[in-house]
Amino acid sequence: MDLRFTPEENAFREEVRAFFRDHLPTETRRKLVDGEHMDKDDLVQWTRTLNEKGWAVAHWPKEHGGTGWDPMRQYIFLEELQKFPAPQPLPFGVNMVGPVIYTFGSEAQKKHYLPRIANLDDWWCQGFSEPGAGSDLASLKTRAVREGDHYIVNGQKTWTTLAQYADWIFCLVRTDTEVKKQQGISFLLIDMKTPGIEVRPIVTIDGGREINEVFLTDVKVPVENLVGEENKGWDYAKFLLGNERVNIARVGMSKQRIARIRELAATEFSGGRPLLEDPRFRERLASVEIDLKALELTQLRVVAADAKRGNTGKPDPASSYLKIKGSEIQQATTHLLMEVMGPHAMPYHSDPDDGSNEPPIEPAHAASAAPGYFNFRKVSIYGGSNEIQKNIIAKAVLGL
Amino acid sequence: MDFDLTEEQSILKDSLERLLADKYGFEERKRHMAAPEGWSSDMWSHYAEMGLMALPFSEEDGGIGGGPVETMIVMEALGKALALEPYFPTVVLGGGFLRLGGSAEQKAQLIPQAADGSLKLAFAQVERNSRYDLHHVETTARKDGGDFVVTGAKNVVLGGDSAGKLFVTARTAGGPRDENGIGVFLVDADAAGVSRRGYVTQDGQRAAEISFDNVRVPASAAFGDPENALPLVRRVVDQAIAALAAESVGVMSAMNALTVDYLKVRKQFGVPIGAFQVLQHKAVDMYVALEQARSITLYATMMADSDDDAERARAAHAAKTEIGRGGRLVGEHAIQLHGGVGMTMEYAVGHYFKRMTMIDLTFGDHDYHLRALAEAGGLMAA
Repeated sequence: MDLRFTPEENAFREEVRAFFRDHLPTETRRKLVDGEHMDKDDLVQWTRTLNEKGWAVAHWPKEHGGTGWDPMRQYIFLEELQKFPAPQPLPFGVNMVGPVIYTFGSEAQKKHYLPRIANLDDWWCQGFSEPGAGSDLASLKTRAVREGDHYIVNGQKTWTTLAQYADWIFCLVRTDTEVKKQQGISFLLIDMKTPGIEVRPIVTIDGGREINEVFLTDVKVPVENLVGEENKGWDYAKFLLGNERVNIARVGMSKQRIARIRELAATEFSGGRPLLEDPRFRERLASVEIDLKALELTQLRVVAADAKRGNTGKPDPASSYLKIKGSEIQQATTHLLMEVMGPHAMPYHSDPDDGSNEPPIEPAHAASAAPGYFNFRKVSIYGGSNEIQKNIIAKAVLGL
Repeated sequence: MDFDLTEEQSILKDSLERLLADKYGFEERKRHMAAPEGWSSDMWSHYAEMGLMALPFSEEDGGIGGGPVETMIVMEALGKALALEPYFPTVVLGGGFLRLGGSAEQKAQLIPQAADGSLKLAFAQVERNSRYDLHHVETTARKDGGDFVVTGAKNVVLGGDSAGKLFVTARTAGGPRDENGIGVFLVDADAAGVSRRGYVTQDGQRAAEISFDNVRVPASAAFGDPENALPLVRRVVDQAIAALAAESVGVMSAMNALTVDYLKVRKQFGVPIGAFQVLQHKAVDMYVALEQARSITLYATMMADSDDDAERARAAHAAKTEIGRGGRLVGEHAIQLHGGVGMTMEYAVGHYFKRMTMIDLTFGDHDYHLRALAEAGGLMAA
């Protein structure tokens, strides 16, 4: 047993850091630190920088453009990315549809889509949830009916993150209504420019515009856009949802936020002294740090086990634990960050995209504190709510 | 980074777990508790034969050369069995002072007796007003010629009633809360002026209140610098906290296993109660708390040997906080999910709960260590 990183791993960490230092635009980093809205172009440019280096889809198998790094190196890469902080590659492409395509897709699909995901030539969004299918995802109703060389798709998707930028959407659709609900679902790739698709924004409680409703009316999708076999989509969806283990806890991101909390709490005053010297505040921060340290070790245990047996590609209930604890810590830290700014977190700053050119209310760096807290209530809801994760653990780990 | 046990470590774990599974069932434990010592001298001999007492001492001192990972393995297994024998006071605490504070002569004289199990040790530290502060010492050690004369009263000396020798913190200089001026002295438990009153603690283990009335010891009884032994005490206690964390993992994992089994067999409303989601989610909270405890224990174990006092202390604070609050959650949920049967003395889960609760009160509860960690600048200060 040895919990130290090897000298090679430490050298690798330095290499990754140096690359971020040399290549990430200062302004992009600042936006991340201040929790500001990132433009589509910021992410596209950064993804292409990573892709040029061969790091945009680092965790993919080598033959599909990945790096061949072992899970520990993948972990170190993502931790450094989040701690720096640098933008994460768009998850809908690199973590979700990409692995589904290289695992279950046709040769033509692999050849066409995978390089375009790596270079963010195609912006993907995820068409899973529906108004009537949230935690009970398999009850989804969006219908795809085969007509000759096409499926005709009708229905509605919701909570579709960043669909306003998307070129493509991967959808779970119902292709058989006669069988058990899980057995009549297929996995379709749909071009967002197809006639009949309409995207309407949903404004979230933080005032943000990240999520949308997507309406599909008589959308014609070529049959070659079916992934794998018809009516096997539920298996691919389960694969997709359980595939994420190396990064699901977002340890690096929480570390970065804690560093930011310390930085801000050193310059915010309470009782005439820096808030960071307030015993109660320090204890609450230390309390989260302890949880995060334990979570980090757990994440590393999972990564080390993966490295040992090789990624089986099978869903692992450890993902559920990492998601629960990781989301709780992300929420605790976003709340602490808001508390640090105190009354200065109160002003509502309108969306900079609205074209307003009024100067910000000072201190400007407090602008994202409350919205960040509000927005991060989502992390215990999306990707399978924490209650669903507990159901998974109860069944798969505890055998209840 | 490697989380696997070596082959030797796996053998140690398996053979100790087998021994305890064989000889430390709930009914047998009751019998051990009823013995005059309050624990089993047969088991003590078994541990000694297995080399558990010699485990942490270096081979050149006559030990086996195990480190914090080996101690973790043993303590987790003892926790799972709720073992009553004074392994923690003798080998972890007493052994810690021998290893980390002993001179060559002291080691040569004492380690062989400790390593074969014939010498039992204890650490007399807690005083009526010290609470958890290791530096709060009112007991005095007055220099008299070449000797020290120890006077004072110590409380809750774990394993203090059966120990042959006691490590005692006593003040050679300064006021009750000064960090300087604290010495550690090894005192014979039957020396003139020592009086002991042994008793059983809430978890069925043993402790003693011990008073020292002008107890004369030679200068060679001092471990470390008699004027400044607090760093030694802190080091020993940080390692002891890692060991208690490991014991807690054993205790918590036993409670989780008992509870999940119970949820599967207990039927109400015509179904196993584990079918109820509200109970499932509590069981998952217990599972998550256990895994967090396991992880923070690994962290404290890896840091236990560190020569960086500040880093090692922060890891110990973090571990004691996490196991304190996680252990309480697991224990309280375990009782609740068992319902009435969890309240009975005749069922194991309550005994685990009581041990877990006493661990939190040993060397600082979770509030105490959280405050200490916060004062030390937190875990992730740059």
